[in-house]
Amino acid sequence: MHFLYLVFIDPFVQMGMAPDLLAQTLWEGLVSGVLYALIALGFVLIYKASGVFNFAQGIMVVFAALTLVGLYAAGVPALLALALTVAVMFVLAVAIERLVLRPLVNRPDIILFMATFGLTYVLVGMGELVFGGDTKQMIAKQLYLPSGAIDLAMLGGRVTLQKLDIAAAIIASVMVAALAVVFQYTRIGRALRAVADSHRAALSVGISLNQIWVIVWFAAGIVALATGIMWGARSEVSFALEVVALKALPVLILGGFTSIPGAIVGGLIVGLSEKLFELYWGPLMGGGTEAWFAYVVALIVLLFRPHGLFGEVIIERI
Amino acid sequence: MTEAAGHVAAGETLLAVERISLRFGGVTALNDVSFDIRRGEIRAIIGPNGAGKTSMLNVINGFYHPQRGAIRFHGENLARMNPGFAARSGIARTFQNVALFRGMTTLDNLMAGRALKMKRGLFWQLLRHGPALDEEIAHRRVVEDIIDFLEIEAIRRVPVGRLPYGLQKRVELGRALAMEPELLLLDEPMTGMNLEEKEDMCRFILEVNSQFGTTIALIEHDMGVVMDLSSRVVVLDYGRKIADDVPDAVKQDPAVIAAYLGVAG
Amino acid sequence: MFYREVGQYRTSYRADMAIFPILQDRIGLLVILAVAFVGLPLVGGSFFLDVVATPFLIYALAAIGLNLLTGYTGLLSLGTGGFMGIGAYACYKLTTWFPGVDIVVWILAGGFAAAAVGALFGLPSLRIKGFYLLVATLAAQFFLQWAFERIPWLYNNNVSGTIEVPTRTLLGLPITGATATPVTRYEVALCIVVVLTWLASNLVHGRIGRSWMAVRDMDIAAELIGIRLLPTKLLSFAISSYLCGVAGAMLVFLWYGSAEPSVFSIDLSFTILFMVIIGGLGSLLGAFLGAALIHVLPIVLRGVPPALGIDIASSTVEHLNLMIVGVLIILFLVAEPFGLARLWQTGKQKLRVWPFPY
Repeated sequence: MHFLYLVFIDPFVQMGMAPDLLAQTLWEGLVSGVLYALIALGFVLIYKASGVFNFAQGIMVVFAALTLVGLYAAGVPALLALALTVAVMFVLAVAIERLVLRPLVNRPDIILFMATFGLTYVLVGMGELVFGGDTKQMIAKQLYLPSGAIDLAMLGGRVTLQKLDIAAAIIASVMVAALAVVFQYTRIGRALRAVADSHRAALSVGISLNQIWVIVWFAAGIVALATGIMWGARSEVSFALEVVALKALPVLILGGFTSIPGAIVGGLIVGLSEKLFELYWGPLMGGGTEAWFAYVVALIVLLFRPHGLFGEVIIERI
Repeated sequence: MTEAAGHVAAGETLLAVERISLRFGGVTALNDVSFDIRRGEIRAIIGPNGAGKTSMLNVINGFYHPQRGAIRFHGENLARMNPGFAARSGIARTFQNVALFRGMTTLDNLMAGRALKMKRGLFWQLLRHGPALDEEIAHRRVVEDIIDFLEIEAIRRVPVGRLPYGLQKRVELGRALAMEPELLLLDEPMTGMNLEEKEDMCRFILEVNSQFGTTIALIEHDMGVVMDLSSRVVVLDYGRKIADDVPDAVKQDPAVIAAYLGVAG
Repeated sequence: MFYREVGQYRTSYRADMAIFPILQDRIGLLVILAVAFVGLPLVGGSFFLDVVATPFLIYALAAIGLNLLTGYTGLLSLGTGGFMGIGAYACYKLTTWFPGVDIVVWILAGGFAAAAVGALFGLPSLRIKGFYLLVATLAAQFFLQWAFERIPWLYNNNVSGTIEVPTRTLLGLPITGATATPVTRYEVALCIVVVLTWLASNLVHGRIGRSWMAVRDMDIAAELIGIRLLPTKLLSFAISSYLCGVAGAMLVFLWYGSAEPSVFSIDLSFTILFMVIIGGLGSLLGAFLGAALIHVLPIVLRGVPPALGIDIASSTVEHLNLMIVGVLIILFLVAEPFGLARLWQTGKQKLRVWPFPY
């Protein structure tokens, strides 16, 4: 009986008793949700345009952040380092297209997916080799990202909003809006949508697949860079980020693999629910539930909707 | 091949579909279709493209569940069939697009068809030597008979993904035969074959029917084949049944001619 | 000209369906077994056995387990690390409760716990397919990893959170714990792996193996010929997890000697998956080849530069190792997606007609 109370009643009582803590947790969940969404966004971009599920998106985030920080540590001024990192991500996109995608064109999706596993290992190894495996500090100040916090007295207590988090949320929203606009209204966006629909049809109207893929992987690289900067600034830059990036998978399950707004919605759901569960139900289980909660939620969703919340149901034609 | 000790004698109705209606969203694939298949006959289902022929087979098989209507098999009334039950009840099937197991050889595909008949459980399978291997060999003999019959000895160990289309269709027929079915559903078994291959296939189908007594329902476009092989024909058009008779009568039915060639004028 | 089948007629189905129908293959197998059981311990030193041979056997067994699930049945899984962990912890608890019972019994029994959990996490596979199933297995992996850390009962409430392997004997010889020699541990591991491989091979060549491959290739058609999907998939999860569980128990009891929960992480899942991919999906031989390559590669890399007189930091070697593995995966997927096992087969084909070109 007491157990039932603990699980079903007490957490809500706690929420009510300290609404400011609830608000704080909601805010934190929102922010981490935004960051998950950014990672998911990178996946969605690549998947939409090439049908490849880029498992290496997470490591691209780390790699981008490492490059930036590494260049700065080598003496390059911050903004120049940023520009150079962008260039590096472009070169990376070209290399991936040339060395991984092109040889594997027309192979089953599962092969391409496994190739991105290999890509992950290559980038991890290269990153550690070039930049070293210890954790580093993101050069947030030098990039003119705000620091400090805003304290709001509300709900009977205090809610602290880190200015960096606000900046992150704004930047992420701007990126999403920009990408959505590009996809919908520009020539390139139309070409991307065409390629996502059918490679062959796109080829037959003269769209260069190789160019599109470079553009898409580059765009994903930029998104990865932004994510890396934000995330690195909030905690630090290390390879542990790789595993965090895996959490984009449940985000994609919830939001669908091909929907940009879906990635946002999915990310927010995951971020919020994770933090809430950990704070109010975590203590019952010894804590640390953020390691698996999102995956279990995704699993439960899949049991009811095997193609994800917003996924397309594919009817097999026999 | 064993004679089914069933309660359906030759000439009696083996399977009947009654007032089957099937819709996918706004598209009506089948509209109030009823016909029967008698034991021992070769029944053709024909009609222009999109008439609902494959959908009909899918309903009989249990892939699609009709919104209305029933299936009567062996005298029992079923609102819907499911694929596993169909298989266990003696219904086997081939597909328009060849549903073979591409990673496996011809021999393995046919042996897979014996799955329902193989009974040895996990324990014996782990040991293999002993009862499980004896069972494998017994079924291998049966499968070799089928391989002999279909003249596919040379491609026994070729992964089926590498075979030309015509041979794949033959292997698929073999796998269906391996199930020792009472009712064999063939979906366009001759598509993509040249004249010689078609003649071979016709020969196989006739032999399966005459030698083993297997009832056959087949979808086919080639009118010559239909006329030669089948004892009765059902004609579908836009999901409705427009004719159901012996081949000669159907050939001259004005409604059928109109469906295929369009109404004159 | 020595690998010819000429004159070897198989005059019965039984002979044709033998797993090694060619005489030279059978001789080769005997040679390999002789080398493994007798030759290696005689020639290789403690280092070789402890660092190369025993781990290779353990990884190979786990790779066979994952191969059954992913290569033969087509169910992608990243939960391997977690399942290995269950085997290890189950064995630990069992030997803690019943220290008198032979440890080999508990190693084999630990697998059953893993099989049960594996089947449980396999239940969703009826509804969820392909890539989505991967996420479900990730849920298993992360949840299990968390459980290994947060459930003190599992590690006997040891303050450090690790499990220490107690000394256990077999026929009077210590085979686990600090006093066990590398040779004894190696031989025990070898016996277990040989027996389990033989069982797996039997399964794969018979009705069950075919039903798995049918589900992998086209599950709709499999249903149609009467194969029941859920039992087939569950059996695959159960047997695969059993083998991984035994491998996990062996990893702790016959190799590491102790274990922290972090041993059974997602990295381990990836490592085994890479062994399976490079070795060849759907091939038992591939599991061995892949395990050999991925396990031995870093050892070779660490050994080669000093041998050539070049000085490289050990961390650099680790990083290079990661990169090389990654590049290998991409290379294999491009050039030979069926992995080392297919290369081996192609090699044997050429050997059959050697010295003629075709």
